[in-house]
Amino acid sequence: MTLFALAGAFETGLLFALVALSIFMSFRVLDFPDLTVDGSFPLGAAVSAAAIVHGIDPFIATVFGMLAGAIAGFVTGLLNVRFGIMNLLAGILSMVALFSINLRIMGRPNLPVYGHDTVFSRFESLVGAGLWSNTILLLIIAIGAKLIIDWFLKTELGLGLRASGENPAMAEAQGIRNGAMTLLGMAIANALCALAGSLFAQMQGVADVTMGVGTIVTGLAALIIGEAILGRRTVFLATLGCVIGAVVYRLFIAFALSAGFIGIKPQDLNLITAIVVAVAVVLSQSRGKKGRKSLFNFKLVRGAQQADEEQS
Amino acid sequence: MKTAVLATAAMAALAGFAAPVVAQDTKTVAITYIVEHPALDAVREGIVESLAEKGYTEGENLKVVARSAQGNMTTQTQIADEFAGIKPDVSVGISTPSAQALKNAMGDAPVVFAAVTDPVAAGLIESPEAPEANITGTSDKQPPKPALELIQKLVPDVKTIGVIYNPGEANSVVQVDEIKAGAEELGLTVVESPAAQSTMVPDAARNLVGKADAILLPTDNSVISVLEAIVTVGERAKLPVFTTDTDSVERGAVAALGFNYAEMGKVTGDMVAQILDGTAIADIPVVVPGNQDLFLNMKAAEAMGVEVPADVKDSAKKVIE
Repeated sequence: MTLFALAGAFETGLLFALVALSIFMSFRVLDFPDLTVDGSFPLGAAVSAAAIVHGIDPFIATVFGMLAGAIAGFVTGLLNVRFGIMNLLAGILSMVALFSINLRIMGRPNLPVYGHDTVFSRFESLVGAGLWSNTILLLIIAIGAKLIIDWFLKTELGLGLRASGENPAMAEAQGIRNGAMTLLGMAIANALCALAGSLFAQMQGVADVTMGVGTIVTGLAALIIGEAILGRRTVFLATLGCVIGAVVYRLFIAFALSAGFIGIKPQDLNLITAIVVAVAVVLSQSRGKKGRKSLFNFKLVRGAQQADEEQS
Repeated sequence: MKTAVLATAAMAALAGFAAPVVAQDTKTVAITYIVEHPALDAVREGIVESLAEKGYTEGENLKVVARSAQGNMTTQTQIADEFAGIKPDVSVGISTPSAQALKNAMGDAPVVFAAVTDPVAAGLIESPEAPEANITGTSDKQPPKPALELIQKLVPDVKTIGVIYNPGEANSVVQVDEIKAGAEELGLTVVESPAAQSTMVPDAARNLVGKADAILLPTDNSVISVLEAIVTVGERAKLPVFTTDTDSVERGAVAALGFNYAEMGKVTGDMVAQILDGTAIADIPVVVPGNQDLFLNMKAAEAMGVEVPADVKDSAKKVIE
């Protein structure tokens, strides 16, 4: 593997750490298997690319992208909470609708932002150009997002969110409004994913409607690899696992791509991903975790009650 | 220890006696494409073929690295990063997203694109006649007017042209806009029938029955991959199907006025060879292989109720009976 490929894997990995954190919020904290991300990733890209092309400052454009993602997540939550549509289906409906919406926003399927200022070019002019400048910025953003989520999940609101995902009946009894918590959690999760899409478009110099294909799988792979490495005993470790898992997954891919490695060809990547996820799940099971359920029914190991006691 | 020394000596001796297979100057060409697809594969094979004609033979003085992104943009990004690391003499991106990823990753290294319908709109270059940076290539943009005029010849009372395309494919949207502009000049109207994925194409074709007098398909990956479904609808409804890529004619379209992608690959390969020979990219303008060949399928014409005039048949490069 060359230095370029290594730097590229770190860049892409740190970017997808945001997707993994988004999936952590929906799948793990809220217990809501959210497929909106395949649409909110290109939504973030579309909104910020369109804004940048219209001469809006890249930082503001990125915030716009995040807000659009939050709205998308909110709508998915609404379909589920307000109209009683099953959570998986609600996400799929949003994802399908977002394809058309993204086309509308960009006015075409593929919108280049080459030659415009982006957050990356701004950062580069600040620290000096180099192979690692994108990586440094993405590291700051990924770790920042991780720490903010850690902090948020310890606030009263965040604990309410966790309780609602952990045990809705108990949460309801404590006076927590489960519906409102779902809407909030989904908005946060998809804002994170749209942020990733927005940054990806700026890093790549182009937004494309087909960008979201496979976002959910990549995010899940990162989440599960992270859990296999660090476990999920605490929120701090779980979110750190998202960041590390995303980078490790991308290193795997770069490794598989670098030519001549025991006969692996790029077309085997999907199989490799499936094997990596399966092995990671098996490994984390053999750590003697109890109460494993199916993937779509994972919870954080420590109940919100315990965390509550910790707080007081 | 002793054996190791002996072995090394033996190896050195062998190496000395072996014919110098490795050329003193091996060039590397790295090719990436967004997805495995007959047209894109034909381009890739054409490139390698043409390089061989120009004296760059794979395995002798040329190393070819080929990578498919399997339809995944993020993988495409990582492939571009990999290419940036192995520093090939020329890297080639077949399809718009592949070319864009290379533009972003390769810095000042030479990049050649292929099968990009509108390289200017894709942000790859600004001046196709004299590329200003390190990028040039071939575009598969085709003037739609000849194809429309062909339809007028074969379907004499044609008024409305039906177009099936995926609104998510950048290349197709460009082509449909062109078809609309060309149709307006000829006094024809265009009915659009979008299909966001391959599974929606059969319905999109059925939608056109009764609304259109003929179907003209752009070179859209999602649509062409299920061409047979459109042909079936066309045969049942006597709604003739035309395309702009000649490979489709063997698969049941009535006729196509277009170029084949293997040709495009050869033109692209020529460009790559020129760069390997040391020509500056600024001196290699973007090429639109404009040689539009007519392919006819007489069986399909009969099935869809098309009478082919003798002069049209005579002008065809290939007639499938």
